[in-house]
Amino acid sequence: MLQALAVDWSAFFADSAVQTALVIGVCAALINASLGVFTLLRGHAFAGHALGDISSAGGAASFLLGISALWGFLGMAWAAALAMAWLGLREARERDLATGIVLGAGLGLTALLLYLAMTTTSASGSTVTVLFGSLFALPPSLAPVVLLLTFGTLCVIVLGYRPLLLIAADADLARARGIPVALLELVYLLLLGLAAAISAMTVGAILATALLLGPAGAALQLATRPVWAFLLAALLAVLAVVLGILLSWQSYYWFSGTSWPVSFFIVLLTLLEYLGAGLWTAFWGGSTWTTAAPPPSACAEDC
Amino acid sequence: MFANYMLPTWIAASFLALAAGAIGYFTVIRRSVFAAHALPLSAFPGGAAAVLTGIDPMIGLLGFAFLGVVFVQQSSRLGPKDLAIGLLLSSFLALGALLLSLTGAYAPAVYALLFGEVLGIPHRELLPTAAVSLLVLAVTVLSFRPLLLQSAAADLATICGINRAGMEWLFLGLLAIVTATALPVVGTPLGFTLLVAPAAAAQRLSAHPARAFLISIALAELLVWSAIALSYWSNWPLGFFVGTLGAVLFVVLRGGGLLPSPSGIRARLSRRETSWHHGAGPNSGTRPDG
Amino acid sequence: MPSSSTPAPTEPLLQIENLGVRLGGRQVLEGLDLRLESGVLCGLIGENGAGKTTLLRSILGLQRIASGTIRLAGGSVGKARDLVGYVPQKIAFDPQLPLRTRDLVELGLSGRHFGLPWRRRRYQAATKAALAAVGAEHFADQRLGRLSGGQQQRAVIAHALVREPRLLLLDEPLANLDFRSTTSLVQLLGTLVREHGLTVLVTAHDMNPLLPVLDRLVYLVGGRAATGTVDEVVRPDVLSGLYGYPVTVLRHHGRFLVLPDAPDGPGEMRHAGTELPPPSPREEA
Repeated sequence: MLQALAVDWSAFFADSAVQTALVIGVCAALINASLGVFTLLRGHAFAGHALGDISSAGGAASFLLGISALWGFLGMAWAAALAMAWLGLREARERDLATGIVLGAGLGLTALLLYLAMTTTSASGSTVTVLFGSLFALPPSLAPVVLLLTFGTLCVIVLGYRPLLLIAADADLARARGIPVALLELVYLLLLGLAAAISAMTVGAILATALLLGPAGAALQLATRPVWAFLLAALLAVLAVVLGILLSWQSYYWFSGTSWPVSFFIVLLTLLEYLGAGLWTAFWGGSTWTTAAPPPSACAEDC
Repeated sequence: MFANYMLPTWIAASFLALAAGAIGYFTVIRRSVFAAHALPLSAFPGGAAAVLTGIDPMIGLLGFAFLGVVFVQQSSRLGPKDLAIGLLLSSFLALGALLLSLTGAYAPAVYALLFGEVLGIPHRELLPTAAVSLLVLAVTVLSFRPLLLQSAAADLATICGINRAGMEWLFLGLLAIVTATALPVVGTPLGFTLLVAPAAAAQRLSAHPARAFLISIALAELLVWSAIALSYWSNWPLGFFVGTLGAVLFVVLRGGGLLPSPSGIRARLSRRETSWHHGAGPNSGTRPDG
Repeated sequence: MPSSSTPAPTEPLLQIENLGVRLGGRQVLEGLDLRLESGVLCGLIGENGAGKTTLLRSILGLQRIASGTIRLAGGSVGKARDLVGYVPQKIAFDPQLPLRTRDLVELGLSGRHFGLPWRRRRYQAATKAALAAVGAEHFADQRLGRLSGGQQQRAVIAHALVREPRLLLLDEPLANLDFRSTTSLVQLLGTLVREHGLTVLVTAHDMNPLLPVLDRLVYLVGGRAATGTVDEVVRPDVLSGLYGYPVTVLRHHGRFLVLPDAPDGPGEMRHAGTELPPPSPREEA
């Protein structure tokens, strides 16, 4: 029994698929965790969810066109993000119905593109890949690209951290301070699209929401200051991804030859993190500003 | 198109549309977007489990769908869009992914479970599907007035002595049944469209409650028949047509919600700055303890 | 609507004695007494948190009471569901709801019934009467969600009236209404009392709009109440006792303004507007 828990670390790290998975996975974790915190603070979880789902059509298209999955997911996610920005996702109840319908249409498109991919190309298993991710099957050449995009995104987040936080807290106050709110909104949406695309490759388009919101949700319950929320979210996300990769790799030995999908483990871990944070706060008390955006005073401390 | 092997599909889909139009009508009135979205997702691993264990798919789907009902009820206790429920649903999907991978099923089978299949109802499922659909329709019609009052004006219904929790369980139970039954045909993500699009359009067309109900069923039938016919012709997936035709139906007959008018655009551009921040509606996002 | 041939009951329609209600450890209502006969309009006046909604809910049987009794036409509250109609405070119907005014009113009668809609003719007569009573005939076939706020309110009132209750409760119906709608609603309430013999209990922040039709007043402050006619209740001595703080009552053209006393002179109470003419009889609407 204990054999099952013993990990052959040298083999693990030597596996090139694992190396690629770790790099891309950690990048996905970092981007999604930080953007996830913003998303939750602004109450836009449904938009994040929708972006993930809709980007699946792009992934399917990429199979069809033979281009790299990243650009397929990204293109679709950005198109959806721009459409959302244009429509202005005010949360009228009618909008929820409409958004659901659009999601359905988007997934219908995914259905079509996947079908065409299955029948016209030799890409079998495209369905699973697009929807549930293919972390272990990503080409190593993708890693540097993703690293670069992640680095760029994190720079933008770090630089725009204060204004974005203020916008989340009180948009009018931000505007009064001369912050270009509309521009930053757009930037935020595009970054969200990028996060959705990368996590689509990691855990799949329809599971991307878990990586976006799970660690962030856990962190917001535990952290008392904004900075700590981001750091904690990043930590939890990286933990979930790395552990997920490890478990998936190891499961090969548990089940004599079939390994369980990595997306399953990662999603499960994010759920456990969130529930764990909930239990923690139930016993030991949590942060004071989980029910609303952080009050401006919190920003005044850090800014 | 009406060859023998297609008959089960036509028959099953027609019955399904009856049930979908009926319960979709109340789904739209109650704006149960979250439930309508969540229940197909939670039913999905049931289908995968059925493939894995060889049990009747209907049982697997129904079982998991009812589990989903419990979770949705819990979520309305914790807060309309509690993040925990969202993550739980993602976990359901992930579980489904796991089960699918364990089945070693071929790509087309996987695809069928996710996106539905024109031939998704085998002969032996025909009778149960029809029976279940008729049951849902019957219960909905018999509960029409209490359910209508409770859905449209919950406070007034309580005063009239209608049990709120009872109606919620009734509604969610019927929704779960329709979701699970329709999933093999239309696929996981498109149950929502089938429920919502015809009903939303119907309610825009008529203010008379009974007439709107009948129109909702009629439009659901129309949607399903068109989708089957087009799918048969083009060989393209049924889910694509359900999603696309449903969206067209919604936009054309319900309009408004998606396409801004020119003055709306101008106003939107100047107002865009504020548009993102009033996101505190009941169905908006999730806040950790919101 | 109850016709004049209904024999007047010898006991009051609503009898509340020494009512006490606790909510979340707090005493929300204490020692409240109220007797209302048929054909009376009573205003329940108080600030937010004074206990108005709690009292309404207690009368409806939705709130557990800690002490005292509430009797409706001699019976206990739970059984008297059909005797009481209720118009809740916030009424907003979705614009796309497939429900006309007529349908909402009819659901007041049929909403509890499962089964196929037989015997609709029976409902139609009562529906017509209720619509006429509130003056809603001209928008009876319009979609509820497209009506103005005042019209939607009338629709809900008709919905409450359709079962011919003897007591009608309205929770803050005047909040958010403009002057014209306020006047029109007050007139409607007066008509319901005078011509249909209803007893109406209305909650409000401000008693002044109701004065033309007010027969009785329950003035609630922090869970304690003074009840009686307007002249009996709206007096500085009575209200100061309620508030536990000296207050002045200003009266002008039949309207009242209750103000805390200016803090000069410890505990001094002034008489109501001695420079104004004495209280005139209540004008008929």
